[in-house]
Amino acid sequence: MNHPTDLYYSKSHEWVKFLDEKTALIGLTDYAQDALGDLVFVNLPEAGDEVTAGEAFSDVESVKAVSDVFSPVSGVVAEVNEELLDAPERMNEDPYGAWLIKVENITEKEELMEADAYIRFYESEE
Amino acid sequence: MGSYLSNTPEEQRRMLHEIGFDSFDALFSHIPEEVKTGELKLPDGMSEMEAFGRIEEMADKNVRFRHIFRGAGAYNHYIPAIVKSVSAKEEFVTAYTPYQAEISQGILQSIFEYQTMICELTGMDAGNASVYDGGTAAAEAAAMCRERGRQTVLVSAAVHPQVIEVVRTYCYGSNTKVVLIPEKDGATDVEALRRNLNETSACFLMQYPNYYGIIEDAGLLGTIVHEAGAKFIMGCNPIALAVLKSPAECGADIAVGEGHPLGLGLAFGGPYLGFMAARDRMVRKLPGRIVGETLDREGARAFVLTLQAREQHIRREKASSNICSNQALCALTAGVYLAAMGAQGLKQAASLCISKAHYLQRKLEEAGLYLKYAQPFFHEFVTVSEKRSDDILAALQKEGFLGGLPVNDHEILWCATEKNTREEMDRLAAIVKEVSHEADI
Amino acid sequence: MKLIFERGMEGQRCTILPDCDVPEICLDVPGRGLPLRLPHVSENEISRHYTELAGQVHGVNNGFYPLGSCTMKYNPKVNEEAAALPGFTDIHPLQPEDTVQGCMKVLDAAKQMLLEITGMDDMTMQPAAGAHGEFTGLLLIKAYHDSRGDKKRTKIIVPDSAHGTNPASAAMAGFEVVNIPSGEDGCVDLEKLREAAGEDTAGLMLTNPNTVGLFDKNILAITSIVHEAGGLAYYDGANLNAVMGIARPGDMGFDVMHINLHKTFSTPHGGGGPGSGPVGCKAFLKEFLPGLQPAKSEAGYTFTAPRRSVGRVKMFYGNFLVVVKALTYLLVLGREGVRDASRNAVLNANYMMRKLQDIYPMAYPETCMHEFVMCLENMKHDADVTAMDVAKALLDYGIHPPTMYFPLIVHEALMVEPTETESRETLDEAIRAFREIYDCAKKDALRLHEAPVHAYIRRPDEVQAARKPVLRYFFPDAVRNPAQ
Repeated sequence: MNHPTDLYYSKSHEWVKFLDEKTALIGLTDYAQDALGDLVFVNLPEAGDEVTAGEAFSDVESVKAVSDVFSPVSGVVAEVNEELLDAPERMNEDPYGAWLIKVENITEKEELMEADAYIRFYESEE
Repeated sequence: MGSYLSNTPEEQRRMLHEIGFDSFDALFSHIPEEVKTGELKLPDGMSEMEAFGRIEEMADKNVRFRHIFRGAGAYNHYIPAIVKSVSAKEEFVTAYTPYQAEISQGILQSIFEYQTMICELTGMDAGNASVYDGGTAAAEAAAMCRERGRQTVLVSAAVHPQVIEVVRTYCYGSNTKVVLIPEKDGATDVEALRRNLNETSACFLMQYPNYYGIIEDAGLLGTIVHEAGAKFIMGCNPIALAVLKSPAECGADIAVGEGHPLGLGLAFGGPYLGFMAARDRMVRKLPGRIVGETLDREGARAFVLTLQAREQHIRREKASSNICSNQALCALTAGVYLAAMGAQGLKQAASLCISKAHYLQRKLEEAGLYLKYAQPFFHEFVTVSEKRSDDILAALQKEGFLGGLPVNDHEILWCATEKNTREEMDRLAAIVKEVSHEADI
Repeated sequence: MKLIFERGMEGQRCTILPDCDVPEICLDVPGRGLPLRLPHVSENEISRHYTELAGQVHGVNNGFYPLGSCTMKYNPKVNEEAAALPGFTDIHPLQPEDTVQGCMKVLDAAKQMLLEITGMDDMTMQPAAGAHGEFTGLLLIKAYHDSRGDKKRTKIIVPDSAHGTNPASAAMAGFEVVNIPSGEDGCVDLEKLREAAGEDTAGLMLTNPNTVGLFDKNILAITSIVHEAGGLAYYDGANLNAVMGIARPGDMGFDVMHINLHKTFSTPHGGGGPGSGPVGCKAFLKEFLPGLQPAKSEAGYTFTAPRRSVGRVKMFYGNFLVVVKALTYLLVLGREGVRDASRNAVLNANYMMRKLQDIYPMAYPETCMHEFVMCLENMKHDADVTAMDVAKALLDYGIHPPTMYFPLIVHEALMVEPTETESRETLDEAIRAFREIYDCAKKDALRLHEAPVHAYIRRPDEVQAARKPVLRYFFPDAVRNPAQ
């Protein structure tokens, strides 16, 4: 399983890529996509929506399940990855390319982990 | 004495003993005594023959009208023999929801075909596998349209009153405001609609043809609704759709309706069939089951229930609706009906409805009942009479005619379908004329 | 096989309707511009088509159907004949009351018998299905609190083992759902319930027996905790087949409930419906019931609207013909037959459970009611065979699989409900099938991954179906919508 070292990770299995101090991309980790199985749909918020650290901003569907996706940061949605609406499989195939939202004006963030800490975290969770 | 058990009492005892109980009482000994019930106060059971006799007696207490001129949401259409034959097949009747696709291809394919036919009729992109009836279809459609900031549901007063009531009941549940748009001359008051639409409006529901049988300018209503950024829901008569401008052409976002005219009979109001179809962008908001096409492991065409993560068994309190059981067998029946009629037959049914209703209207006018609204109508229309509605209808009933539905003391909502012959309409008009004449004396 | 659209050819048709015997009218309104593409087939083609489709369906008529939570009992044929009587099928729902006395008698007679079985005081037959009944019942609860000006009761408590319809119905009725975890015994955790119940509690929704097949012994304590908090208790009647003539929801402290006529009262499921979900309630809620209700007087039956009705939940009077079927069944069974049905439903379930428990671990091993839940976690861990694999393998034995992956609180769950109408012979055959599958899991798990091999199709690709939905047939001449 692949967990790039230039990203930060949340306990609810999202990755965060800071583009600058106030802006970041958010997606699902490789571990998350593997655990969820084949994803078939994602409900995305709209640009301009506010997201709050620790609260769900989206959900992803597999054939027989639906799971909330939590925001690791607080801020405003600048952009959503609409490509995923037509190609949800990208979240399985390329979890770190398939960002869900881009957040700007970040005011707050959860306690985030680096890659090795994240791997230790989910291994201990299993 | 009646029973459908397969095991004999002796076999039951043996089974009880085999798993360590000496009696049924022992099997239920873990149930607290405080909640156990004594003997139920029910009649003794009976044989199949006796039970059927009892039910027949009840059926005999109803009056079966030979001549039906009443519609108002329940329409007397001819049902081709093949429809009853197919829909009575035990496999279709006794199967559960097709969750196990491998042994349910027959049901799944029948629903896929039905969905396709509903899409064809309405011009919409996708339909669901059915909901309970036309009223709940309208209520579910309204729920699909609610979104942030847009929470008010607008309904035309020319929609069937029972549909309006169902929408209101559902909206009471979801704490949604319902605004009734008044009618003017039997159709939606366009100016009132404009006035009531605003940035909080979720949708507008109209009926096509409407409760009074009138074919409203749906295209115009759709344009007005969309200008205000709201969704446009059309409640449609599926037979009328064979000849009228389709919901898609009228700009509908969602088309719903009561599907019982498609081979289901009157049946004292149910089971009927709620059909729902929507534009692509709203497909995931559709409630209930949806069948999709896919391939199996060996690459053969296969059908499955799909987009299931919308539904209650997965999404629970966040589901788009709570619907689980639907009206699948009724949808299958409608599918058989549409196959038997074909496009040509359905258009013929629609045009017979139109011609007969207009003939009836002319004959009633000759008999002294005047058309209330000068508007184009499909197979229903309202008349005004000097004579009291009840007197007219009572005279008809005496002769075996179920006349139109009394709207008030002097107005009646009539309906004619392909089943009504010229001869019986002439007789009906003669009876009405006689009653009207009595009034003159 | 072919779709009906792929059969026949342009011009092929049935001749159903006569020529017009009155002057033909052409309306002066915008006509249909879109083509109308319906099947063009002869009657023979239709007959063959649906016969072929029927051959690809497993109904109760075809074989054992131990689908937990669904009560797939035998559907007596006399029910169908009763519902097909023209004295019912040809009756317009808006006929004058004096011409529909028989229909009203059906509604009333069924209601009276169901009230006795459930211990409720009044009932509406209007809801069309179980979930529809839940929604209706919750509206009664809402209207009751509203009528007392008690606006703070916004929450419905639902155990995590509940049917998905429970929380979905609560949400539709405008309530917030409070999920409470079940205890280790699969029953309601009284402490958790006490914590959850309070001033904002509108009610609790519960099945008893619950979804793991156990009768909750604390039922009186449970309903009284809810009542003491000021809430009402809703009984999900999906599992009523276990307790007829044994224990009544009305005596367990429930205030409102629905019944699934298509489960407990033998009306067929029709490949998903129509069902019927009458809602019963205690006397203090009857004024809120949806209208109209048949009322009996000396002159006969009349329809009346309850004084403070929540409003209709459906047009007309519900799935009337389904009620005819249920009434026919009730008449045949009568007092003893109703009780014997539940007794044998519970006997058959316990019999199967005891004959399988040595190899299939039971989630809750004590005496069950009408269904039981197996937990296949070990099999998944040891042999890489899942609940799904076992289910699919059963298809090759001509047995409809149990309910899979429900309730959610049991991992790798298979929920088995044999029903009372099955013979011991059938149960023994199913037990043999389960045991053979178990052996196969140990020896040749791969074979189970391949199952079914004798069904109409192999396992379908559900992922592709959901990712790229194809929800209708596209005619060869049509321009395919790129969004599809």
